Parts: sequence; structure tokens; C-alpha cells
Amino acid sequence: MLHYLNQQATRVALVNVSRRSFLGVTASGFALAAFAGPASAFAPYKTGGESMPHGLRTDPSIFVTLDSDGTVTIVAHRSEMGTGSRTTLPFIIADEMGADWAKVKIVQAPGDEPKYGNQDTDGSRSLRHHIQSMRQMGAAMRYMLEEAAAARLDVPRSEVKTGVHEVTHAASGQSFGFGELAEDLVREQPDMPYVNLPQFEDLEFRDEAEFRYIGKGNIPITDLHDITTGSAVYGADVSLPGMKVAVIARPPVVGGKPIRYDDTAARAVPGVVTVLGLQGYTMPAKFAPLGGIAVIADNTWAAIQGRDLLEIEWEDGPHGDYNSDTFMAAMRESAKKPGKVMREKGDVDGAFAGAAKTFAAEYTQTHMAHIPMEPPVAIASVKDGKCEIWAPVQSPYGTRTDVAAALQMDPEDVTVHVTLLGGGFGRKSKCDFVIEAAELSRMTGHPVRVQWTREDDVKHSFYHTTSVERIEVALDEAGKVTGWKHNSTAPSILSTFAPDSGHQFPIESGMGHMDMPFDIANIRADNGEAFAHTRIGWFRSVSNVPRAFAVQSFAAELAEELGRDQKEVLLELLGPARKLDLAAEGIPDDFWNYGEVYENYPIDTGRLTNTLNMAADAIGWGKELPEGEGIGLAVHRSFVTYVACALRTKIVDGLITVPEVHFAMDCGYAANPERIRSQMEGAAVMGMTLALKSGITFENGRVVQSNFYDYDVIRAENYPRNVTVHLVENPFSVHASGVGEPGVPPFAPALANAIFNATGKRLRDMPFGETIG
Amino acid sequence: MARFTLNGVDTEIDAPPDMPLLWAIRDIAGLTGSKYGCGAGLCGACTVHVDGKAVRSCVTTIDSVEGQTVTTIEGLSEDGNHPVQVAWRDMNVPQCGFCQAGQIMQAASLLAETPNPSDDEILSAMSGNVCRCGCYQRIVAAVREASTGA
Repeated sequence: MLHYLNQQATRVALVNVSRRSFLGVTASGFALAAFAGPASAFAPYKTGGESMPHGLRTDPSIFVTLDSDGTVTIVAHRSEMGTGSRTTLPFIIADEMGADWAKVKIVQAPGDEPKYGNQDTDGSRSLRHHIQSMRQMGAAMRYMLEEAAAARLDVPRSEVKTGVHEVTHAASGQSFGFGELAEDLVREQPDMPYVNLPQFEDLEFRDEAEFRYIGKGNIPITDLHDITTGSAVYGADVSLPGMKVAVIARPPVVGGKPIRYDDTAARAVPGVVTVLGLQGYTMPAKFAPLGGIAVIADNTWAAIQGRDLLEIEWEDGPHGDYNSDTFMAAMRESAKKPGKVMREKGDVDGAFAGAAKTFAAEYTQTHMAHIPMEPPVAIASVKDGKCEIWAPVQSPYGTRTDVAAALQMDPEDVTVHVTLLGGGFGRKSKCDFVIEAAELSRMTGHPVRVQWTREDDVKHSFYHTTSVERIEVALDEAGKVTGWKHNSTAPSILSTFAPDSGHQFPIESGMGHMDMPFDIANIRADNGEAFAHTRIGWFRSVSNVPRAFAVQSFAAELAEELGRDQKEVLLELLGPARKLDLAAEGIPDDFWNYGEVYENYPIDTGRLTNTLNMAADAIGWGKELPEGEGIGLAVHRSFVTYVACALRTKIVDGLITVPEVHFAMDCGYAANPERIRSQMEGAAVMGMTLALKSGITFENGRVVQSNFYDYDVIRAENYPRNVTVHLVENPFSVHASGVGEPGVPPFAPALANAIFNATGKRLRDMPFGETIG
Repeated sequence: MARFTLNGVDTEIDAPPDMPLLWAIRDIAGLTGSKYGCGAGLCGACTVHVDGKAVRSCVTTIDSVEGQTVTTIEGLSEDGNHPVQVAWRDMNVPQCGFCQAGQIMQAASLLAETPNPSDDEILSAMSGNVCRCGCYQRIVAAVREASTGA
């Protein structure tokens, strides 16, 4: 019953897909669609959410409960790691429903995708995929409440209207609070669907002018009070009776294992209960733990001390000779050779053969680690054939199935409670730390909290890949670019999941490589061979970070080469406002487009140009600056959102500072501008950290860095100042797109370009370091 | 064994003298507002007050606070409305929120000592507290608001 209703609504939504929503959008990205009223206020469109595992839910029975005291309980099914989804998605339901936010209670869903639909909180997808279903659920609740009120008065539904938390019948002057109507929302059982669920075509949607919360940015995050008083619950804050704490010594080299160990000293630490070996898995191991020796204790301190006193002899395995310097040198060589072609447009070889001049540059990036403020931590209790988990995970259901597989249990016997995440950035999409807790709980018979130290986190991450991006152009006599070759060489994320092919996949190339939007007749995007020697994972913005850095730095370098204005050359490369025709561009059918239907989220160069102009105007591109200062520009599309960054750097006694940043962002409809701004302010800080400081390097297979003293981040003393976010104002019909990640990629190239303009020094290798000589 | 006042309550912790205050507060006293972020005094997530001054509880042993007054985020104010907490909410400072207890305790300590800090004093005092989400712009604004009331 439940599934039938849900599928029905989804099917209707698909049939109703209308082209109006994007015909109303001009090439510049300013939408001019007129809104006649509720009937046209919601033209459904297909998103990638429908093809995610377990898809979307549109049935409010699953997400919304109304109590007779008027409390509306809304389920947050995505993980909260700082983007605000735990607030924004529920307030969309509340607004469309007519609920008063003060009477809304949020409950966090456990990992249960068959019930709630997809819960993978990554890829800047929560709002983008769920905004429509949240509105649908809110509208369905409002419909049922209006039906109930109308039935009580024996009048047609059209005669009643929902105000704020009440339904009013103007003609008789009567009104019913939502609480009064709660008993009319009948279910056969508490968990069953509402009996009177409307079909999609019955729903009426609010006109945007009626929104009280959506698009306003007036709702503080759900957990604001608890966070500021210390009562918000993160992964390590859950305590169970009899719980033990485990800290684990993991192999310093991925694929290594302990040969022998002496735990005498560890066991002598007061509070240490036992020492146990944990099985490791070799690559490709997906998210399976590394294995090692676990010290189990009554408290965290004893476990840390015990772990540090273990004497272990390790066998390093096949990756013990991984050294960052030699690997980078090999990648540079690989990037110079013809690679595996991902995109071919026109006659690239002909363009280069006939070139008046060619020009090339190489950009590199080291590995990076996410280091969320909360290091990985998980609590597991395996008892009586069941496993219960409390953990800060981005993938609650993936965690549930992975834990079940590791314990050889039925997923029905595993429960995953999702705590707040003290940051995620992609690290907590991988549940190795949760599997460790589950295995140790099973082995000890106690509830176990596995606590990673910061050193564990830095040394045993799923690292952002390391890369060489080599770009070469062919120029004609007039200095026009006639050919573009971009070789991207990097170990692939897919090596975590499948035997390593030595090449990147379309999903990686689709992040700023094969989808490079410049208006050039002949384009080749290829990738060179590189094999992974550590666990590669996705890190906020993923391959867009090195790609935007390379492409946007190169555009400025090209301008210098031609003796022309950087912005002018970049605009010329972007070309006239157009939506790229993939076939004509040589972009293959397996182009990822962040999982979105291309027609609904095309590559629109007009929106790139528009945001670039906005940011450049805001900072005053072209103005005179004092010596030691420079402005840099960059623009990049990622997660189907367009972001330009214009920033000013000031070199103070060699220290790179950033006194002013302007982001111009076109993320389609902006459902929560306040949280969008906070994401962008954070993106500036993370962008600056990645540009200047984030270098994970390997020596003999071991990560060199270990804690904030040698893997530091931007701090208050040198944070990018005066970050201003300029949002392109769009109506709902301009499809909402990603927010969490797209702010990061354009920062590093804008900074590199600014530093060049301030000092004449071109930085091509990330991280640059915090000072410049 | 160590004795100190924890959020106004005389507290006896039965643990080795070199146990960091953070783990005593979290694992033994059961107050989880103070966070573990680095264990080395590098990130400030564990910041508490000892006799009114901000310290990193992850590198402060319990025997070193014998007889002293320890205040955690839970005890900063009775009603959760310390001016710094109020300013934090006014500015919607947190993203993930994990570092915020430490940030707030650091800011409260700064303002107790220097009620009207200069920008440089704010930046210098807050630079030991890492925010990986990058909330610094709002942190600095909130400290300013808490100090001036505007």
C-alpha cells in the first residue's frame, strides 16, 4: 500500500515533466518565468534522485506526524554534517504544509533506505534531490488537513484555506488548529500510510510569494541551541551501560599486517581490559577496515595509552615503497604521453600540427585528508543476534548493509542510529570505523566505542587523490586558441572498489575535465596511467579541486602569454552564452553530469559568464592596487552549480593573506540563502586551506603527517576576510542545484591568479605554502 | 584520585593523576560538551575554564587542577544565555557545531579578561581554536557582538 502510493506519485510526477521550467530561463541565468498562481508554482522535473539507490519518497506518511497538541514531527533522513539539511528539508515540508516552525519537532531517521529513500549524504545532493519531494509531502499534508476541516463543516474543500497552523473557513468564520484536525488524519496503524492520501494531480502548491520559510533564510539551524550549550549529541557522546573503549593500532602501510606483537606493557595500563587482533582487508576493499591490534579499555585515556605502548612488527605488503616525490615525478612523465581519451572534439592533432605556437603548463596536487573536527568514532552493541550502531555517518544505510555483511548478519538485524556529524567532507561516507566497532563488540561481548585519535585520522584516511593536470593549447597567428589538450593523471577513486585499471573513470573526468566548457574547435581530454598505492576516497568537491585549479590558472597564464587582460581572455574562452550540445562537443554518452538528466541541468556557459561578471564587478576588476596586492578571478561549474570567485590577496612580509573575497553563485533556486552563505564562507576557508596548507605525503608507504602541527588548517589569525556571497536570484523553476561543494574549487585558482598579479610568481603546485619569498 | 569543582559541584575523580582532564570530564563525569579534536592542545575543541581561564583540557592532567574550579560549556551559564552563547545564536555561527563549545569557552575567557578586545586581540585569542567548517567570519563577528553588545 505504502509503496504503491509512493510509486504512483512518482510516476505522475514523471509524466508531468514540463519543459516550461527551463524554457523560461534566459541564457544569462536570470529566469523570467511568470508565476500565474499555485497551478504553475510547481512544474515537476526529473532529478538524479530518482536513480539513486532506493530513490525518493513522496509519501508524507513516512515523514510527517501530527499530534493532537499541534506538534508536527518531521523526519530528517539525511545526515547533518554542517550544511543545514536537517533544518532546510524539514522546513520545506513545514512551509508548504502551513505548519508553524515553532511547533515542529525534528527526529533523525535511522539508516533505512527501503523506508525513507536514499540517505547518502554526499555529492551536494540533499536539497537538489529532495526539494520537490519535500514540497509534495507538505502539500499533501495541507490537502488532507483542508479535507478534514471541510468535512467537519460539510463544505467543499475549496471553501477552506490553510493559514499558519490552522485551517479557516472564511464564510463561517470558523477555524481549526492543526492539532484539532490531527485525529482526522487516519492511519490503520501508527506506521501505516494516511488513509486519505491525495494523488499528485490533486495537489495544489503554494506560490513562491506565499513562502514563509522557503527561500527566506530566516530559520536558525535545528541544533543551534544545543550546540551552543554543549548538549548536542555527536558520535562519541553516546554512552551505553558496560561500554568499553577501543583504540586501534592500524598497519602504517595500506595492505600491511602485523607479524608479531608484544602487548605486555599495554595490558599493564590500569583500565585496559584486553588486546585483540583485527582482521584487515587488502585493496580493493571498499570501506572494509585496515585491521590491526585493538586495545580495549574502560576509558579512552587508558585505551590510547595502551595502544601507544604496543610493540608491533609490521609487514608492509605491496605498497611499502610508495613515495610521493617519485610518484609525482612518474605522473608528470605519464601526463606528457598520450593517455586514455575521454573526450575528443574536432581534429586536435591537426590543430596542433598547424599551430603558429603552442603553450603548455602543468599543475599538481598532493593527497589531502579531510580531518573533520570530529575524528572517526562509532559505537556498536552486538547482542542476541542483533547489532545496534550509533555513529556519525554520511551513509547510514550503506553503513547498515556493510556492517551486516562484515558480521554476516541480516541487515534487518542491524540498526544504525545517526548522530550529528562533527564534519564529514566525504570521510564519513566510508564506514570502516563503524565496522571496527561492530567487530570488536561481537568479539568482546560488550558495547564498544571505537575512538580514532587525530593521528589515526590523518594517517589512515581515504585520501583525496594526487594528480598532475597538464594543459596544452595550439594558437593561431592571431593568438586564438585552436586546440586544447588536457591530460589528467591521477590514481582513481574506483581503485577503492574494484581492481585498479590505472585510469580514471568518466565519473572523475566529468568533474572539470571532459566537461570543460570553453568555446574551442578542437578539444581532447585524456588521462594518463597512475595506480593507487593508498586508499583513495572522495573529499569535498573531489576532482573539481585540481581541475578548476588547472583550467582557471591556465586561462590566466594564457592571457599573460598573449599580453592580454585575464578576464577578457577568460570570457573569450567561455564564448557566447549557450548550452553545450554534448554530441557536437565530443562529450561522450557516459558523461556523468553529477547524476542529473542533462536536459534539466545542462552546461550553460551564460551562467558561467554571468557569475564571473558579477564577482569581477563586485571586487572592481581592473582597479589600481597598492604594491604587494593582486586580484584573481576564477569560475567553475560543479555539482551542477556555477560559482565565480574574485579575491584580493595582500602579501604581508611574505605571508599570503586574503583581505577580500566575492563569490557569485548561481545554484538555481536558493531554498535557504542563509545556509548557502555559510557554506560559501566555509568554502573560502577550506579553499584557502587546500591551496596553502593541505599536503599529505608518503614515505615508504607511510603517511608523513600526523596532527595539526604538521597538517594544519587556516585559523582565525589568517582567515579569508570579508567574504561576500552574491546569489543569482532565481525562481523555483530554475532547478535547485548543489551548494555544499561548489564553492571550494574556484578559490585556489583565484588565489593563484591573485598571487601572480601581486608578485609575478606563478604557483602551479598545491599546496603552495603559506608564505611566498 | 583528584578533587576539583566541576561546574559548581565538588567532584572526585578516581583515575590516574596523569589522565587528561578532557577524558575525566567526558568518560568519568559524563559531561560530553567538551570535545576531543587532537589530543595535543592544537585545535581547542576541548577548551574549558580552569579558575576562569581557558585551557586545553586534552593536555591538562587532572592532578594539575586539584582544588581548582573547572567550568565546561555545560556550566558556562545557568540558562545557556551567556552573552557569548547569545551572540553565537544571533550570528548563526555554527555549521557542524563540533568545535563550537571550545570556541565559545575561548571567547568567554577572552572577554572576561578583556571586555573590549581589539580585532587583533580577538584574532590572536581565537587562533588556537580550529573550525574545519570555516566559521571564522561569524566567530569573529559574534565575539565582537558579545563584547560590545551590538
